[in-house]
Amino acid sequence: MASGEQTSTEYINHHLTNLTFGRFPDGSWGFATSKNIEELGFMAIHVDSMIWSMGLAALFLFLFHRVAVKATTDVPTGFQNFVEMIVEFIDGQVKETFHGQTKMVAPLALTIFCWVFLMNLMDLVPVDLVPWLISLLGVGYHKIVPTTDPNVTMGMAFSVFALMIFYSFKVKGVGFIKELTLQPFTFKNPFVQVLIIPFNFLLEIVSLIAKPFSLGLRLFGNMYAGEMIFILISLLYTGGLILGLMGGVLQFGWAVFHILVVTLQAFIFMVLTCVYMSMAHEDH
Amino acid sequence: MSINLTLIGQMLSFAVFVWFCHKFVWSALITALEERKAKIAEGLNAADRAEKDLELAQEEATKKLKEAKAQAADIIESANKRAVQIIEEAKEEAAQEGERKLAAAMAEIEQEANSAKEELRAKVAGLAIAGAEKILQQSVDIKAHEKLLDQLASEL
Repeated sequence: MASGEQTSTEYINHHLTNLTFGRFPDGSWGFATSKNIEELGFMAIHVDSMIWSMGLAALFLFLFHRVAVKATTDVPTGFQNFVEMIVEFIDGQVKETFHGQTKMVAPLALTIFCWVFLMNLMDLVPVDLVPWLISLLGVGYHKIVPTTDPNVTMGMAFSVFALMIFYSFKVKGVGFIKELTLQPFTFKNPFVQVLIIPFNFLLEIVSLIAKPFSLGLRLFGNMYAGEMIFILISLLYTGGLILGLMGGVLQFGWAVFHILVVTLQAFIFMVLTCVYMSMAHEDH
Repeated sequence: MSINLTLIGQMLSFAVFVWFCHKFVWSALITALEERKAKIAEGLNAADRAEKDLELAQEEATKKLKEAKAQAADIIESANKRAVQIIEEAKEEAAQEGERKLAAAMAEIEQEANSAKEELRAKVAGLAIAGAEKILQQSVDIKAHEKLLDQLASEL
């Protein structure tokens, strides 16, 4: 629990603020405090989000790489078994949804699934634990769930989007432009068709742009809401014994339920990525 | 909670991590998995083949055994036949030999009897002559009474 003088609003705000390093309007760089955090523009970086997201990805890749180096055709044991189970699961999912030639998609899906899962899993760490530990070191803000930072989720969604566009052009070439302009309304008469192109393009571009946004914001929204509820539950601990006990029960219940959300959101992100990549590879 | 450089940072690290995963994690793991799959398939095939081989071998063994039994039975039968034959032959031979021996013995007996008879006859004739000489107190002229003596001898 943070210091006792905080109001609930301050407490919540504190928990929802990233540790930010950025350029202030006067041109100097530095960590933001509660007073000047609003002044930061685009030239700022959420240090906690970056450290946790990269750290978790590094952890995932380190563990999997260690298994991959030692992987043999013998009977797998222990952690190798677990890793192979995940790899086979992802491989099955990808083979089910994606039929193109690109070898990238399966490792992409594996990275997304494991990475997002680990980032989401940070949500199950009690909300006050890490910020409190880190405040002992004198760091003011800390958010340990990178997926509650829209920058992180949108960053991944935009990367997926970039891959979509890249493969759409690579596989379909001009066909992709046709896809964007000659449907959904198709006419036999070429003159009418040309007239309808801007309208078609408007519709198609909206549905195209909607994909990365829905992908990133779905994950962000789910995790942000989950985190918010954890924060609200932890507010109960200040309300005396009865409320505190209730908070404990609620926190446990919500955490158990959240295990489902954590896994499900990672899975959805992974599957949608596969679906989008598959759409990029297939002609209608 | 605003959009800032973190977005770019995340995109860059995303690219790096996906590349790393593709290069150093996924390919190695999927290769190992596929190799194992091939190995298992091979093993199963080998097991199938071995099973078939075993079946064939068992059939073969059964056939061989049957053949051997039949052969053994044949051999025993022919041996029995041969034994019976040998016994028959031996019996026959023995019977013939016996008959032959019997005939020889009979002939010898007959011969012995004849010679004994002759001897007896001669001795009796001698005795008769001696007796007659005694009775007559004179020598019998063998030449004169030869006919009579022979007749006597043949009557004995």
